[in-house]
Amino acid sequence: MLLPKIITKVHDKFPSATLDTTQFAGEDIIHIQGSYNLDVLKLFRDNGFNFLADITAIDNLTLGGFERFAVVYHLLSHETAERVTIKAYVPEDQPELPSAESLWKTADWQEREIYDLFGISFKGHPNLIRIMNPDDFQGHPLRKDYPRLGRKERDDFPVVKRGINKEAAQ
Amino acid sequence: MVQGADQPMDTERMVLNFGPQHPSTHGTLRIIMELEGETVIKGTPEIGYLHSGFEKLGEYLDYNQYITITDRMNYLSPLCNNVAYALTAEKLMGLEVSKRTEYIRVLMCELSRIADHILNVGMLAVDLGALTAFLYGFRLREDIYDLFEIATGTRLTTSYTLVGGLMRDIPDKFDEAVIKVLDNVDVVARDIETLLNKNRIWQDRTKDIGIISKEDAISYGLSGPMARASGIDWDIRVQEPYSRYEEFDFDVAIALNGDVFDRYLVRMEEMRQSVKICRQALDKMPAGDVMVDPDLGFSLPPKDEVYNSIEGLIYHFEITMRNRGMTPPIGEAYVATESPNGELGFYIVSDGGRVPYRVRTRPPSLMNYSIFPKLIEGHMLSDAPAIIGSTNVIAGELDR
Repeated sequence: MLLPKIITKVHDKFPSATLDTTQFAGEDIIHIQGSYNLDVLKLFRDNGFNFLADITAIDNLTLGGFERFAVVYHLLSHETAERVTIKAYVPEDQPELPSAESLWKTADWQEREIYDLFGISFKGHPNLIRIMNPDDFQGHPLRKDYPRLGRKERDDFPVVKRGINKEAAQ
Repeated sequence: MVQGADQPMDTERMVLNFGPQHPSTHGTLRIIMELEGETVIKGTPEIGYLHSGFEKLGEYLDYNQYITITDRMNYLSPLCNNVAYALTAEKLMGLEVSKRTEYIRVLMCELSRIADHILNVGMLAVDLGALTAFLYGFRLREDIYDLFEIATGTRLTTSYTLVGGLMRDIPDKFDEAVIKVLDNVDVVARDIETLLNKNRIWQDRTKDIGIISKEDAISYGLSGPMARASGIDWDIRVQEPYSRYEEFDFDVAIALNGDVFDRYLVRMEEMRQSVKICRQALDKMPAGDVMVDPDLGFSLPPKDEVYNSIEGLIYHFEITMRNRGMTPPIGEAYVATESPNGELGFYIVSDGGRVPYRVRTRPPSLMNYSIFPKLIEGHMLSDAPAIIGSTNVIAGELDR
């Protein structure tokens, strides 16, 4: 079991980083301050959690939490087959935190996806542009205050009008 | 020798738009290639052409409704997606499904794996010009899809699982039909290997193409056959068994070189192991229900009760009405499963309501494809279909 040791290490090295440690359905969730994410992730990576399985984000608008956004890292250890979830909280007025691209290359595209869909930017990311939506898209669709049916993007979509001569076709 | 023939030609760089629709991109992908002669200097994939907001939709559909959306993600093995989502929702709600349910899920997942791998190998072959292997594979895939049609009612949009069980039990004599197909898998696999393995052209086109080192595979988050072809001994079915995979006896296929040829070999061997698992699942298939206890309030009543009795109808509406139905506790769950492409994970956050607060899919295609710019660098343009084919990128899952 790697996890208890690393959690105490995080407490010792970065005493103000951890906000809370919870468990749900047998899985450990560590809640940290967003600005400490690189330090904590590096500590985990160097102590056996070698695989970054997934990065995603949650908009805590109606759920409640320490801050408006949480960036969620799912780490996996190939040695001991343990998994851990790290939630880094980001405030609404300055949605920015350091990029994990320097630790794992897989963070590149996944952070671009979070930037595109949630509007959270990552300091030090080499190529932070939209990945799913077009570059001129306005807004961030996975935020809770973004309506499901969109904001009239469908009406504004450029339509190519081809002049079809109906009389000639008949 | 002509003077300067050993020097690279002094040509201008050319920018080539590969895709968005091209037969060898397997979906709507676009790659902007910078070429020097026929050598690719830089390949920049541009994805998102199939982005349909599945994750946003998940915040408006209830737990059973969303299963129909998971079909559309990896449309080559929809059953694996159904199972992965159901497992995550069950973990969130603390449900334990019956042993028969788990065995049928394993059987269906492994049949999907065979269909997915045989199509991938066939597509890779047809992109490189070997049409016969593709036709052999496609024939077998149709047989497997017929099995899905017998069990689930449809070929593609199966929606076979429910939270807490399965839509319906497998029909009588289903095992005989499965065994007939399984016998055929070995024959087709041998045919394809006879056609390809020692074929000079096949070897030239796939060996030492797109080599992934072990370190890169971990750094780029690769999983499944892509990682195992680079020598990483990691199979979620063995290391973190779910759905009673620990009761099955099978081997994990691993190769060491990490090139296109090795990924092809790993997929061929995984098919054979899947056949083994399917046979064991049929042999040991336990009896019982395929749905959790109805008193828990998770399962829909049988259809003839709904249509023929007032109690059944009331009970049906109790579950499906917008202000009733199953509500999980406040919390979150992440479950990783071994889909044909790699680690397929679902991450559900619940605020205690009828619909999830957030549904995230961990798509193996996205991570597997993100290494593509590194792989194509310095290769010929004609190697691009080989590399794309061996990553088995599915656009529906990539863009979601």
